[in-house]
Amino acid sequence: MDRADHVSILYDGEKHEVPSGRTILSALEEIGIGFVRGVGCRGGVCGACTVLYRISDETEFHAALMCQEPVQAEMEILPLPYFPQKKVRHSLDLPEGETPHYRVVNYYPEINRCIMCGECSRLCPVGIDVMGYVGMIKRGELREAAWESFTCVQCQACALRCPGQIPQPNAALTARLFHGRHQVPQAEHLTRALEKNRKEDIHAVIGRLRRMKPVEIQALYQRREIEPQNAPPGTWLPEDRTLIMMG
Amino acid sequence: MAVNQSHTLPESLRESARLVEKTREERLARLLRGETFPLLSLSDRRAWLEEYHPDYQLEGRRTLGVGPSKGMETPVELADLLEAWPRANVLSLYEDSDKRLAQEPDHVTDVLIIGGGGAGMAAAITAAEAGAKVTIATKLRPGDSNTIMAEGGIQAADQECDSPVQHFLDVLGGGHFTNDPDMVEALVTDGPETLRWLEELGLLFDKYATGRMKTRHGGGTSRKRLHSCGDVTGLEIMRVLQDRAEYLGVETIQFHPAVELLTDENGRAVGVVLERIPQGETLVVRAKAVILATGGFGRLHFRDFPTSNHYGATADGLAIAYRAGLPLRDIQSCQYHPTGVAYPEQKLGLLLTEKFRGLGAQILNRHGDEFVHNLEPRDVTTATIIRECSEYDNGVETPGGVNGVWLDIPLIELLHGRGTIEREFPGRFKEFIGKGFDIRKWPVLAYPTLHYQNGGVVTGTDAATDMPGLFAAGEVTGGVHGKNRLMGNALLEILVFGRRAGEGAARFAAEFGAGGKPGLSHLDAFLEELTVAKIDRQRTAPRLLPVYGKVRPV
Repeated sequence: MDRADHVSILYDGEKHEVPSGRTILSALEEIGIGFVRGVGCRGGVCGACTVLYRISDETEFHAALMCQEPVQAEMEILPLPYFPQKKVRHSLDLPEGETPHYRVVNYYPEINRCIMCGECSRLCPVGIDVMGYVGMIKRGELREAAWESFTCVQCQACALRCPGQIPQPNAALTARLFHGRHQVPQAEHLTRALEKNRKEDIHAVIGRLRRMKPVEIQALYQRREIEPQNAPPGTWLPEDRTLIMMG
Repeated sequence: MAVNQSHTLPESLRESARLVEKTREERLARLLRGETFPLLSLSDRRAWLEEYHPDYQLEGRRTLGVGPSKGMETPVELADLLEAWPRANVLSLYEDSDKRLAQEPDHVTDVLIIGGGGAGMAAAITAAEAGAKVTIATKLRPGDSNTIMAEGGIQAADQECDSPVQHFLDVLGGGHFTNDPDMVEALVTDGPETLRWLEELGLLFDKYATGRMKTRHGGGTSRKRLHSCGDVTGLEIMRVLQDRAEYLGVETIQFHPAVELLTDENGRAVGVVLERIPQGETLVVRAKAVILATGGFGRLHFRDFPTSNHYGATADGLAIAYRAGLPLRDIQSCQYHPTGVAYPEQKLGLLLTEKFRGLGAQILNRHGDEFVHNLEPRDVTTATIIRECSEYDNGVETPGGVNGVWLDIPLIELLHGRGTIEREFPGRFKEFIGKGFDIRKWPVLAYPTLHYQNGGVVTGTDAATDMPGLFAAGEVTGGVHGKNRLMGNALLEILVFGRRAGEGAARFAAEFGAGGKPGLSHLDAFLEELTVAKIDRQRTAPRLLPVYGKVRPV
């Protein structure tokens, strides 16, 4: 290595000297390697810039998001912009007599092939216990699986290395959807709000505001009563209830 | 995950962070007594904005001399994009248009949606459910958008103490009464049913065991009206929408940004020209109706501000719409999110959601003192942070030489109990702890970041533009938010107007069919104006992707 503030890496089979202290993405851009595919949000949530890397002379290799991972000396990097993972097109309907758990396992029977090697959890660049949620789905703990997989960025690293060829991220998506649709109770206060909105003429009340002079509506705005931070849900009501259509 | 020590606070920042720790107990005691930093009056708001908000400074602006919004001031980076020639491949089509465009199109559909983010995906679902054949053309992959980066939540009036009318008032005041009231009325009245729609699609809202939604305040709200899915609300919405769209058979053409509209002899939109990137060849798509859902302009980095935006947020749709003769509004108005990450530098400009402040995190100067109520509208908070750092010199300087103020996240657990941060911010918590930085223990340095395009293409409440057959929804449009958007209204907007656009486009397609011969005659007047104004022919738009380091443009 020639320059102290640079490190040597191997990206997609080519050797490069890149500035240190940067993410892999910005270090590569700095020396002129541009991206069309394989880069997305640049904020660590879209999973487009997944790479596998290994430090020369080490055995273990890792998965990372290029927009998040600092560049290190002697990284050998394989970009992984796409992985052909199984995805089932399905509705959220639940036929009579079936459980959400049954539906999910039916769409993704591969989850029964988990041999608990733990490679998926080890690789996950956003720290999800992938093997953990696969087990949860298997056991019918859809709620637990939904929240364990909640921050998944669909980078596909887990699926790539799975010896059971389980499409974990897509199975987790289906688990979350069935859990959300069928196991989480609907919000009753929302149902009541929808009913109230159907009964009341909201447009007439808004129309009254719209006909106000600027000074009047500004005064109304400044007089707004602010719901206290610590008010328990659904308990507090303002003194003036005309705008919420309660008399 | 490997713990990387270089991401913990360096000694130079710790000193000030300890001052934050020192004042925390007293600030907590004040909060528990119900005392908050006072909210500014409307006249003080105006004074701070005019003096310190980047939108109100003349520097970095230019008056448009060409096109339908001639005379309007915009940031120079955007003006360069609006007053620009079509890309070379479009110009060659234009000069040769009869030949190439008279041939069979490469692709035919009923409703073509440009952009695969939240607005586009919501439109796709609605149009497909109405029976139309729907195609999404997107620059990157379907779903790649600012939507997935939205952390904090979605507003809608569903609580007992709330109503769409109250929401209406908050939106207008937040926008300093510059919003289009018709658009605001559509936004707020569709709010509650939009929540129900998402619930039925299986979206995992933060809820109590009874199914009641957890709601909280955002900047500028008078009621707790913000609904979230942890701190990955936009990502969760996108995943759910995308799954639904796939199920309905919506087809996608990825890595094909739109570079020009196609119009017939009556001036109606009848398709688009796509460019395959990075190869550059064009693809001609015929459609009975077109929806513009291309998002915003954050990646133009006005005045070198960092941005919280997606890689593709380069205002392509604005450039295309503008030269097709569509007027823009409030396009000089940018939202600088008050709390972008200032340190570590790898995360510069990325978002620290307003939900942190909604749960009590305070903004503090280098002495550990409050200087602004933690829930003012965004532009006001941004202006006061800039003032605190520039005028009063009370910012914290990072090793990289950028200024910041503290966001006191640890305060949240003193207010709401242990485990709150990990539960409410699973995305950010895992991201920071993976880098060896514990946001439960340390405050994070923040500074305003270029976040949102408040203005854009003018539409009606049916999402129709002035051009027949062309609809628009989401960040590319203007009017809903006026000159300043409140938190949580962007996610609501993309769904409300995305669905309206999908419905309108499907109806238009069914009613009016394919239209006439596709061409580029809508460019005639604009190219003439460019020639007269002697605009350099090297200046072309859309740009498609931002340019960093030594990378060459697409």
